[in-house]
Amino acid sequence: MKGDEAACVLFDAGHRACGGCAAAMAARFILEAAGKDTIIVSSTGCMEVFSTPYPETAWNVPWIHSLFENNSAVASGIVASLKKQGRKEKVIALGGDGATFDIGILCISGAFERGHDFTYICYDNEAYMNTGIQRSGATPYDASTTTSPAGKCSYGNPRPKKDLPAILAAHGAPYVATASIAYPPDLKKKVEKAVNTPGPCYIQIHAPCCTGWGFESEKTITIGKLAIETGLWVNYEMEEGKVTRVKKVVRKPVEAYLTEQKRFRHLFKPKRNDAEIAKIQAIADRNAEKFGIDIKLKA
Amino acid sequence: MALGLGCTARPGKSRENKTGSWRVFRPEFIADKCTKCRMCMIVCPEGCIGEDAEGLPVPDYDYCKGCGLCAEECPSEAIEMKKEEK
Amino acid sequence: MLEIMEGSHAVAKSVGLCRPGVIAAYPITPQTHIVEALADMVADCSIDAEYITVESEFSALSACLGASAAGSRVYSATTSQGLALMFEVCFNCAGMRFPVVMSIVNRAMGAPLSIWNDQQDSISLRDSGWLQLYAEDNQEAADLHYIAYRVAEDHRVLLPAFVCFDGFILSHTYEPVDMLTRKQAESYLPPFKPYHRLDAADPISFGLFAAPDYYMEFRYAIDQAMKQARSIIPEAGTEFSEMFGRDYSGLTEAYRIDDADCAIVAMGSICGTVKDAIDEMRNAGKKVGLLKLRAFRPFPEKEVQKALAGVSTVAVLDKNISLGSKGAVALEIRDALYGSQITVLDYIIALGGRDVRKKDIATVVASAEAGVGDLFYGLREEVLK
Repeated sequence: MKGDEAACVLFDAGHRACGGCAAAMAARFILEAAGKDTIIVSSTGCMEVFSTPYPETAWNVPWIHSLFENNSAVASGIVASLKKQGRKEKVIALGGDGATFDIGILCISGAFERGHDFTYICYDNEAYMNTGIQRSGATPYDASTTTSPAGKCSYGNPRPKKDLPAILAAHGAPYVATASIAYPPDLKKKVEKAVNTPGPCYIQIHAPCCTGWGFESEKTITIGKLAIETGLWVNYEMEEGKVTRVKKVVRKPVEAYLTEQKRFRHLFKPKRNDAEIAKIQAIADRNAEKFGIDIKLKA
Repeated sequence: MALGLGCTARPGKSRENKTGSWRVFRPEFIADKCTKCRMCMIVCPEGCIGEDAEGLPVPDYDYCKGCGLCAEECPSEAIEMKKEEK
Repeated sequence: MLEIMEGSHAVAKSVGLCRPGVIAAYPITPQTHIVEALADMVADCSIDAEYITVESEFSALSACLGASAAGSRVYSATTSQGLALMFEVCFNCAGMRFPVVMSIVNRAMGAPLSIWNDQQDSISLRDSGWLQLYAEDNQEAADLHYIAYRVAEDHRVLLPAFVCFDGFILSHTYEPVDMLTRKQAESYLPPFKPYHRLDAADPISFGLFAAPDYYMEFRYAIDQAMKQARSIIPEAGTEFSEMFGRDYSGLTEAYRIDDADCAIVAMGSICGTVKDAIDEMRNAGKKVGLLKLRAFRPFPEKEVQKALAGVSTVAVLDKNISLGSKGAVALEIRDALYGSQITVLDYIIALGGRDVRKKDIATVVASAEAGVGDLFYGLREEVLK
């Protein structure tokens, strides 16, 4: 091994993630970008559980897990301690979308308001996967989860995804970005930028979950790309509160993304639900307009 | 052996868990078709594809779970998933 | 040098002399004067600490956990509802073996909301794996912080510690307090030496999960460390006594108990009132004594057995109630004295700041002698009708 040898060593094999796991890919990409002088503060969740069953750890950088909801408060303390000791390690708080959007938002808000020099990275697989695919504040509209199941009088999750990047940008975060495991070089560039930007930075990584979303394990990247190509996920950067870079696409209809996943199956079977599909298309259209992602093809 | 105080552990131990035993399909690497683009090494969630002196991918079947991402993402169709024979 | 100081300020000054690298706290009555005083010290550069003004008690203790993991001596202070909000992190600090020291300015738990003193808050955390030391007066409250750091950070222990003292009764009361000098504090409490820490040069994973094949062993290890602390606390206390002349050599402290027929067992500021009441009862010919518990965790079982061996009746003053059972202290005393002929009676007293006077102590003793106990003392008559 050459270039990626260090990275492979920083997040080791033998972890117990499902085959095709985007979170495991994200862990590798993050460490490849951040390097060995990084302290990882993990929330409880899939990534924590699959990488650290005692006495096994897949982490070859300093790593700490305390609770589900406190990684950014723990990170605050670590950053303060490093500052006091004159140490230079980077600190990354790492959590799933449940830890980030829901239960941990108080601690994140406090840490961002106080301006600690750390990077918060959310691997967003759009539900509570570790406990068995329950909805979170990051679950998209109409996704069927075990607590927002589709049924005779339900089309799945009744609410759209919370706009957490905007919330954290509003805290004055100098750098906020979204990324996807489908585009590793872009993801790594953003992580590198975040850890080298003073102050609290936020990166939200789209991490398709084959187990929770219902697709084959080899399709993780395909699904990640389709989310972007349909406008249901937008990769962008915000610096000092302003959107500075956006990934543009030739948009596909949202069905291209929805039909590939069991969590949206109820929108097509037993019969196609045009009204609901139109609502999801409207979400993509609004994203496209807001971020200006459409590449206009010449007629 | 004393336990790691407060449930701590030092690096390296996860390698004792040979996840290759999970595999149902096995990626076969076809050297003739490989363009050495390294895509398989980048996307492997286990980080278990290395390379030989010529830059050809070398999977570590001790850890490969057989997810198929490498084969799916290979731009030159140089990886084939074959049913594991046990 | 003796100074007339508010309890909170005596504690804050002592904490400053303990030289924490990171302080994280959230304001709550009656703890506020401590954290304000520490903020002043940081603002004036009279102590060299990072002070994190967190958004909740939950984050206060979480930040302490992180800073301790990174290798700093840490401090926080809270009470009552704030401690309840820290519940989850308390178990974590102990389980991960981080020697956090935290002042608990004891206050009642709501509902009903009460800002006044009892000891329900810290006692409710008795199973969390924190050492629990209780102070009788401001001097002891100040001194126990040095001892708490020494014991918590001792590599034979490595457990977090509460230093508990009664809200308002001590925290907002002025008393003469003999403060250590900086030099004395440094000679007693050396710089923090972490057992291990988050460090890129020597990466360790902290806080793995334990499946059923390992979990019990980690709980056993905490319990062993607690039991180890039973000898380390007196060791650290004895050294303090030898250096500065104030005696903290015991997990308990006995007052006129040697020939007593009836012993009162209590923790915290009520012990001062009890001692005065005992003097009066002794003058009236009653053989009464006090066993003060300085440590509640680890529970000083052997010291209790030894100290109470000669009495016939024990009256336990519990500033807490395990609802549906009894006061937590009485349960422990009964357990320690199991198999003896000693009668142990429980008195739930002074909840939510209800005042206790010498005459109340005399009434408790008279009740105990009459075999009447296991009751809430001093309730309003109308609830008994």
